[in-house]
Amino acid sequence: MKNHIFSFGATVAVVLGAVTAAVGQTPAAPAVAQLPPVPAVDPDGAFAGRSQFGEPTGEKIYRRVCAGCHMPDAKGAVGAGAYPALAGNKKLAVSGYPAYVVVHGLNGMPPIGGMMNDQQVADVVNYVRTHFGNKYKDSLSATDIKALR
Amino acid sequence: MGYAKWRIDAPPGSTTNGGAKIEGDFLAWARSIAMWEAHAGRESGRDGGIAHEKRVMTDNIVPPMNKRELLALIGKTAGASAMYMAMNSFNQAQASTFKGPIKLDGDPKGKSVLILGAGVAGATAALELSRAGYKVQVLEYNDHVGGRSWTLQGGDTFTELGGATQHCQFAPGNYINPGPWRIPWHHHGLIHYCHELGVGLEPFMQVNYNAYVHDTKKFGGKPQRYRHIQADYYGHVSELLAKAVNKGALTDTLAKEDGEILLESLRSWGALDKNFRYVKGRDSSNRRGWDKEPGGGLSAVPIPSEPMSVETVLQSGMWRTIGGNLQWDHEFTIFQPVGGMIQVGRGFERAIGHLVRFNSKVTAIKQSEKGVTVDYLDTRTGAKLTAGADYCICTIPLPVLAQIDMNVGPELAAAIRAVPYSTSVKVGLEFKRRFWEQDEQIYGGITATDLPIGSISYPSSRYGDKGPGVLLGAYTGGAAGFELTALRPEERVARALEWGSQIHPQYKEEFMNGVAVGWHRVPWVLGCFGTWTEESRAKHYTNLCTMDGRIMLAGEHASYYGGWQEGGITSAIDAITRLHQRVQAS
Repeated sequence: MKNHIFSFGATVAVVLGAVTAAVGQTPAAPAVAQLPPVPAVDPDGAFAGRSQFGEPTGEKIYRRVCAGCHMPDAKGAVGAGAYPALAGNKKLAVSGYPAYVVVHGLNGMPPIGGMMNDQQVADVVNYVRTHFGNKYKDSLSATDIKALR
Repeated sequence: MGYAKWRIDAPPGSTTNGGAKIEGDFLAWARSIAMWEAHAGRESGRDGGIAHEKRVMTDNIVPPMNKRELLALIGKTAGASAMYMAMNSFNQAQASTFKGPIKLDGDPKGKSVLILGAGVAGATAALELSRAGYKVQVLEYNDHVGGRSWTLQGGDTFTELGGATQHCQFAPGNYINPGPWRIPWHHHGLIHYCHELGVGLEPFMQVNYNAYVHDTKKFGGKPQRYRHIQADYYGHVSELLAKAVNKGALTDTLAKEDGEILLESLRSWGALDKNFRYVKGRDSSNRRGWDKEPGGGLSAVPIPSEPMSVETVLQSGMWRTIGGNLQWDHEFTIFQPVGGMIQVGRGFERAIGHLVRFNSKVTAIKQSEKGVTVDYLDTRTGAKLTAGADYCICTIPLPVLAQIDMNVGPELAAAIRAVPYSTSVKVGLEFKRRFWEQDEQIYGGITATDLPIGSISYPSSRYGDKGPGVLLGAYTGGAAGFELTALRPEERVARALEWGSQIHPQYKEEFMNGVAVGWHRVPWVLGCFGTWTEESRAKHYTNLCTMDGRIMLAGEHASYYGGWQEGGITSAIDAITRLHQRVQAS
């Protein structure tokens, strides 16, 4: 696996915790990491609650929750075990399958849909099935998810 | 409601829908979840939130309460911790099954055992089986022994899934334990091995009366000292119960003499005055502290502090933190290894490191009538290799194991797939100085908060050190755990810094650097620990632990100590005992 050094964006690139060699700083001065700015209000509705996700759209739920394991590009990741890629994943062909996995979990994957409402589950499944190289036409509704729970 | 189905996001031991239970070492954010639930007006499953207490207090505090109402009140307040523990009895309230050093008497008959994983479970199995005369080999994915018994300190690097690499910049002596971080006195197995393997133990400050309880929606967001919450809560509950006794409300339950004993006990427990009142004065200030502390000489006279009102204490919900600290697995004495939890791994490595093949990624586990064959990959060279033995003890975490080709029976296969792994995030923050000690006199311990960071924990060692200090700036789970994991590491650190500065304004000025571990991005576990429910236990636990041909599982997931190292050790001892019996009988 390729190891990336943190990239904080197009304009600022520092290594977390690395010495920022400010002019005039003595060699003994402590290393101070530069950190990305934190918005006063989360633009995606994240961190709204402890037991319920607050993100209002499928895209935001994917990016702020699912990407933790399946990665921002939905290509998954490989270590001692692997997180499956959702990009171009043929198992998404039948919408009920990813919805079921979100609601009930699979193997080590927690039943994370338990912290989403029906609409959120439908939205995130619909989002994944229409992005990352997936082009499925049909979509799920909140009512469909309710029946799955 | 989704929450009820969500096993992970509930306080430990709490009962959710259908009796589902969470297990594991999640004190810190469990507290804040409870607080969050209360304020959000959600049913936490443990009680109905604070609305009920509020009604009881405002309606009934002055007029006489009948016994039922009174007991309801006590059950909701004084009984909360007892309830907490009672509900926890399913998995935690029993002593470790460790009964002293294991002795595998008898001939191992030249048998060999292949152990997969060199965490505490695999290392324990390797140590004891090799002592008993078995031929032992261990395959380990990492390059060291210890598994989740892990420490990040200056000079360490950690590459998470997705590829982000953190270079820990902490000053010498500073560290965080991303995984387990404390060892209760009754984890006899782990303590035994610490003593035997030369792992030094020191007290972990589980409870610090001078640390804070913080709630963004209470007291204007101003952190409250734990001491004030506890003293005022005990005091007011004692006064209320004393009033009930004095009004004769308990005469149908308690004999008059016992009522008098109860009154005296309440005076002692709650720091009541001679009239059984919890009021400003010497008694209460000896618990909650003084406005002006006693001194010497002419400035000696202390000035008592003013307790909060009973309504304020109850409605704050902050009394919930007390119950968490009364838990069996958080009670004193509770230890940490000197120098970080990695010392447990190092201790085992000194003893069994020569048996371990590191950087070995298991890809297939096959058994036949003759033995077990394991295919593995050398992660440095890419070489495909095979190891074989008569038996296999497999401690690979279940999310990883579920993906490994393995010929076991349908019961074990189903069990391996039945255990979701918890989310957990820890963030370590290094500051230029120990301002929590120097400015706020907080020496170790934990601050609980309803912020997404869940808690802040101060180092339980090297008090008074004048150099940079590291505190645990987040220990959290639930929705926030997933959301933090989805952020880049430096964003997690930035958030922890931002949120924590609401409690410690010194944060921004004093910050140096940080590290952040989201356990779902740890390549060799894919989660923090196995989460069982009563239902999944009933259906799969026995199958998970039962020997399948020549293969047996061990690890915290194969224990009733979810998330604790003691689970790994006791499950390993249980497994090798059964294996040895099988060999003896063969």
